[in-house]
Amino acid sequence: MSRIEQTFKALNRPALVTFIMAGDPDAATSLEVLKALPGAGADIIELGMPFTDPMADGPTIELAGGRALTAGANMKQTLQMVRDFREGNGETPIVLMGYFNPIMQYGTNKFMDDAATSGVDGLIIVDLPPEEADEALSAAKAKNIDIIRLITPTTTMERLPKVLEGASGFLYYVSITGVTGAASADLSTIKPHIKEIKTHTNLPIAIGFGIKTPEDAANMGKIADGVVVGSSIVQTIVEKQDPQSVSEQVKSLASALK
Amino acid sequence: MTANSLKNQPDERGHFGPYGGRYVAETLMPLILEVEKAYNEAKADPKFWEEIELLQRDYVGRPSPLYFAKSTTEKLGGAKIYFKRDELNHPGAHKINHCLGQILVAKRMGKTRIICETGAGQHGVATATVCALFDLPCTVFMGATDVERQAPNVFRMKLLGAEVIPVTSGAGTLKDAMNEAMRDWVTNVHDTYYLIGTVAGPHPFPAMVRDFQSIIGTELKEQMMEREGRLPDTLVACIGGGSNAMGLFYPFLDDADVNMVGVEAGGHGVDTDQHAASLTGGSPGVLHGMQSYFLQNEDGQIQEAHSISAGLDYPGIGPEHAWLFDQKRVEYVSVTDDEALDAFQKLTKLEGIIPALEPSHAFAHVMKVAPTLPKDHILVMNLCGRGDKDIFTVAEKLGVKIDG
Repeated sequence: MSRIEQTFKALNRPALVTFIMAGDPDAATSLEVLKALPGAGADIIELGMPFTDPMADGPTIELAGGRALTAGANMKQTLQMVRDFREGNGETPIVLMGYFNPIMQYGTNKFMDDAATSGVDGLIIVDLPPEEADEALSAAKAKNIDIIRLITPTTTMERLPKVLEGASGFLYYVSITGVTGAASADLSTIKPHIKEIKTHTNLPIAIGFGIKTPEDAANMGKIADGVVVGSSIVQTIVEKQDPQSVSEQVKSLASALK
Repeated sequence: MTANSLKNQPDERGHFGPYGGRYVAETLMPLILEVEKAYNEAKADPKFWEEIELLQRDYVGRPSPLYFAKSTTEKLGGAKIYFKRDELNHPGAHKINHCLGQILVAKRMGKTRIICETGAGQHGVATATVCALFDLPCTVFMGATDVERQAPNVFRMKLLGAEVIPVTSGAGTLKDAMNEAMRDWVTNVHDTYYLIGTVAGPHPFPAMVRDFQSIIGTELKEQMMEREGRLPDTLVACIGGGSNAMGLFYPFLDDADVNMVGVEAGGHGVDTDQHAASLTGGSPGVLHGMQSYFLQNEDGQIQEAHSISAGLDYPGIGPEHAWLFDQKRVEYVSVTDDEALDAFQKLTKLEGIIPALEPSHAFAHVMKVAPTLPKDHILVMNLCGRGDKDIFTVAEKLGVKIDG
């Protein structure tokens, strides 16, 4: 059983999925924040792979990627960060999230090899829809890395099978049509959609985009198997520059899901 | 078209060989498929083309003339030089060709709001123009740097009723404007159509924009047969994303005797890190919904492009050009800022035509090769835009102060 599967199975409450950008604001601070996340209550960690042109992200995550790149971040460093994290943690799943070009330049097969040996469990590649994912999908499967698919309010039931094909680990439900860090979603509009998706898959569903506060998390937790918090944690990292503040924020998010 | 025709691209999933495709976030994917469906239906509808043709004739002023540039031909002393005068289009460049086509597709889709990106402002002006014509609200994303260096076009867009949003991320140029337009589109998918300004982006945009632009090459073929009784020997066009070049080249792709040259912006030189020559100085990658050639580092981070011409200041190129480059069907060269600036002045004086800085790149290449070619060699350059918008940039480069 994969780490991701095990995590969802073991929980009798919604999972807290936290996003940070690898290397933001610098490699050392970012690693310190990463190591503290499980202790503070993060069940799954999404680690952003910095990219110059993050078209699906709002300004908070775009700026985080920019800070990381300015501080010298690259794909090798991101994978090293996962290896360093794994020295002290064998349970918490890590999902790398980002855009396809840095993976393509690394070499898709070599990337999957190195990601697997580093201890990466899953991948979210925002700009790689099922239509373009054949090569990456088979390379990932060969290394037991989950390809986590995005489902959005625009995904029709007609299109759903295409998105579910090859999906594993969990499904990431994008709660709004928009970029990361934007306004919160309206629970009543997404609830029926999620309910319908549930009839087509047994995979856990985590909701992300626009979830900022413990209240948001508790609300979304009512209708999903996990909630993703990203921009507001990234905002804390840049404002406080202090892993302790991030831990406190994650603790209060986690307790809202208990 | 035969099975081996170079005009058969892209395949049904939008690939030109390995290039093109649809590398977009899931939120956009259903809409992209809808655009494709709407375009395919429109393409098969004779009424759609009738409406375009009428507007091309009466509103844009097509066909654009084919002009024999006698003074230039004599001065350069080699090839016989013609200009395809797309700078005479209303409102000043070839961009109107794909704007008319796309806004009619948007209307068929029932979209009520238009967004676009612009570099030099030519595409923004053309989009704002068709939005005024069809009474649709228009939002133009433009890099903050470009807003500054293309002030006349910014004012023009505002007069036409468009909202111009300066984009400050990155270097504040075309790439950043495109990112921002994509973000707006993701947010407003339900009512918005993204009117992409070149043969780039996710499928079907590269093919659709090419089809609307290929009127340039189609007209040229007819005009040249009438004038010279044969096809031209060489076609020259500048390339940023590559829309005017694709429009000129496409109808000739299967005419093996016609040479084609795409001129990229060499900025301070392709051996520096200050240029916009994606094919000459870049490598295959994925950005803005497509696989193509991009300026990037070994980690896959996209590099900032540089060109004196805001319309060529883009670190990528349309996927069909990437494919034609690999096929070696089209020759791609580059021209520096200084060479383009010199060409701008020469063309203005020789022919009394102020070209935009974009086709000035094409003309710089013409000045290099025409003298080496025999007198019976027919060369056609696409004069894709007029230079009124560039006089401030040029004045500044020449150290001339003009106050309004």
